[in-house]
Amino acid sequence: MPESKKRQQYWKANLKYLTVLLSIWLFVSIGCSIVFADFLDQFRLGGFKLGFWFAQQGSMYVFVILIFVYVYLMNRLDREYGVDEKEDV
Amino acid sequence: MEMDVRGWTFVMVGLSFVIYIAVALWSRAKSTGEFYVAGSSIPPVVNGMATAADWMSAASFMSMAGAISFMGRDGSVYLMGWTGGFVLLALLLAPYLRKFGKYTVPDFIGDRYYSQTARLVAVICAIFISFTYVAGQMRGVGIVFSRFLDVDITVGVIVGMAIVFFYAVLGGMKGITYTQVAQYVVLITGYLIPVIFISIMMTGNAIPQLGFGSTLNDGSGMYLLDKLDGLSRELGFAAYSTGQIGMLDAVCITVALMVGTAGLPHVIVRFYTVPKVAAARASAGWALLFIALLYTSAPAVAAFVRTNLLSTIPNTQYQSAPAWFKNWEKTGLIKFEDKNGDGRIGYSPDKATNELTIDRDIMVLANPEIARLPNWVTGLVAAGALAAALSTAAGLLLVISSTVAHDLLKMRFRPNISERSELLVARIAAGAAVCVAGYFGVHPPGFVAQVVAFAFGLAASSFFPAIIMGIFSKRMNKYGAVSGMIAGIVFTISYIVYFKFVHPELNDQSHWLWGISPEGIGAVGMLINVAVANIVSSLTPPPPERIVHLVERIRIPRHAGEAHEISA
Repeated sequence: MPESKKRQQYWKANLKYLTVLLSIWLFVSIGCSIVFADFLDQFRLGGFKLGFWFAQQGSMYVFVILIFVYVYLMNRLDREYGVDEKEDV
Repeated sequence: MEMDVRGWTFVMVGLSFVIYIAVALWSRAKSTGEFYVAGSSIPPVVNGMATAADWMSAASFMSMAGAISFMGRDGSVYLMGWTGGFVLLALLLAPYLRKFGKYTVPDFIGDRYYSQTARLVAVICAIFISFTYVAGQMRGVGIVFSRFLDVDITVGVIVGMAIVFFYAVLGGMKGITYTQVAQYVVLITGYLIPVIFISIMMTGNAIPQLGFGSTLNDGSGMYLLDKLDGLSRELGFAAYSTGQIGMLDAVCITVALMVGTAGLPHVIVRFYTVPKVAAARASAGWALLFIALLYTSAPAVAAFVRTNLLSTIPNTQYQSAPAWFKNWEKTGLIKFEDKNGDGRIGYSPDKATNELTIDRDIMVLANPEIARLPNWVTGLVAAGALAAALSTAAGLLLVISSTVAHDLLKMRFRPNISERSELLVARIAAGAAVCVAGYFGVHPPGFVAQVVAFAFGLAASSFFPAIIMGIFSKRMNKYGAVSGMIAGIVFTISYIVYFKFVHPELNDQSHWLWGISPEGIGAVGMLINVAVANIVSSLTPPPPERIVHLVERIRIPRHAGEAHEISA
């Protein structure tokens, strides 16, 4: 495969990851914690109303997980396309 | 043998300062690369910890939990806004800016948009944002000193200035980074110890994040948050777990804070300090993990202290109020005015009959006393608050110094300046910035609280979209980027100035555009920036070939190399 084509595919795969991860990011923060919060509040998680829990706890846990998932996916993608930095520095 | 609070505070604060100075001496910078970006040699976990300390300011430590305590559910906009931005940083900015190399945010804007005008707009924004922020930190240092150690605010600010001057000017980014690691440890310990004890005291659960969703320890079997909702309603307040801010406004504030966070220059620059692209990604994850330790505890503090306050203070006889109430009354942070003369403390949302005013900062600072913890814990809280303020101040001062020495002097006026002279200018600029910051700490402009909206609004409507488009669009050209930034900034600033300064009496929901508050308007400013940039860019010539190559290069991790070896 020519180098430029390979780079295009690498970039496409990267954009796909970003779209999926940022959709989750948006869904959890703006969605579950604000827009659908009143609906979710009818469910409970122990003493928390679910919408409230997402707004003050859950969204932040999801944020942390999203970044580490992204790190894992990108490191794997870098190796797959041979653009990782193992020899460079 | 029992030492008093003041003694313990001196010990804890003194000890922490000795550590910072020792770390600074051990890690001082010898080159501009070390001064600006610590030689790009910081391991990701260390950088994550330093970024966490850099990011969490006096406001995060002292004021945020208190603010949530009074706002209830609406306080979530801060929690999500100030953490969600790190997802954007990790996924959209950090790896590419690291690959780009160089030292500052204006560096990227100036090179990517092959334009000195773009660089200058970025320089002005960076300096404005950083000064806005740093003034608040110095004030925070002064306040902690005056409250815990009974010294004058001016003396406190000067001591804080001296410490920051010492390690920021001497150590540059390298010194700052390792000092920030120590400061993170101090601030997180100072924050968590009292919270854990309060959680055990009120719910029997040692993990505060779970504790505030548990049942109370008083044998009632009632959930703490249900009790808190009930107490709030009894006194005429809205239920704690329901929101009052309009939905669109809440969305806009959250987005503006997230995007603003991702666009703040002192946060972005931290990702230049790691050796590799992969390390830049990982360190954003570590940073958020370390930040989340405090940020997920803050709403627990808020709920605990609010419940404690509402169940012990309202309608009790002033004479029998708990000791912490009277201690903090002396500092002026709690005010009681017996309007109806019945000797009881009346607390209500109605301004005419309310007799109790509580400063939001007290929620964290008075924690150890409310939980009746030993005096050394109070000392630790004071040291933690100082660590939060100093670490943020140092990061901001470095941005100001590198912007002045590198972006303004070297890139605009004296391209042939030697490394030695540039380093000297950077140190002088850092020193001068410390003095200006100290001045504002002693004489705070009355608008400090208002300008925080500015800092986030500006970062959201200028830097963030310009950087993102610079990475994800090869077609974006200098005309688009510059006109987009200017349109975003002008709109955002005009809106904030209009409601905060020109017509503060109109600053309420009925007058706002679509019910969006000045705090949230940066989100709209960002959209305007993107729209204008794309329209103008499509009508003007595409960027030159070498810029397209630059964009292609920053998209691929391999060959990141040393920051200062890359040239555009």
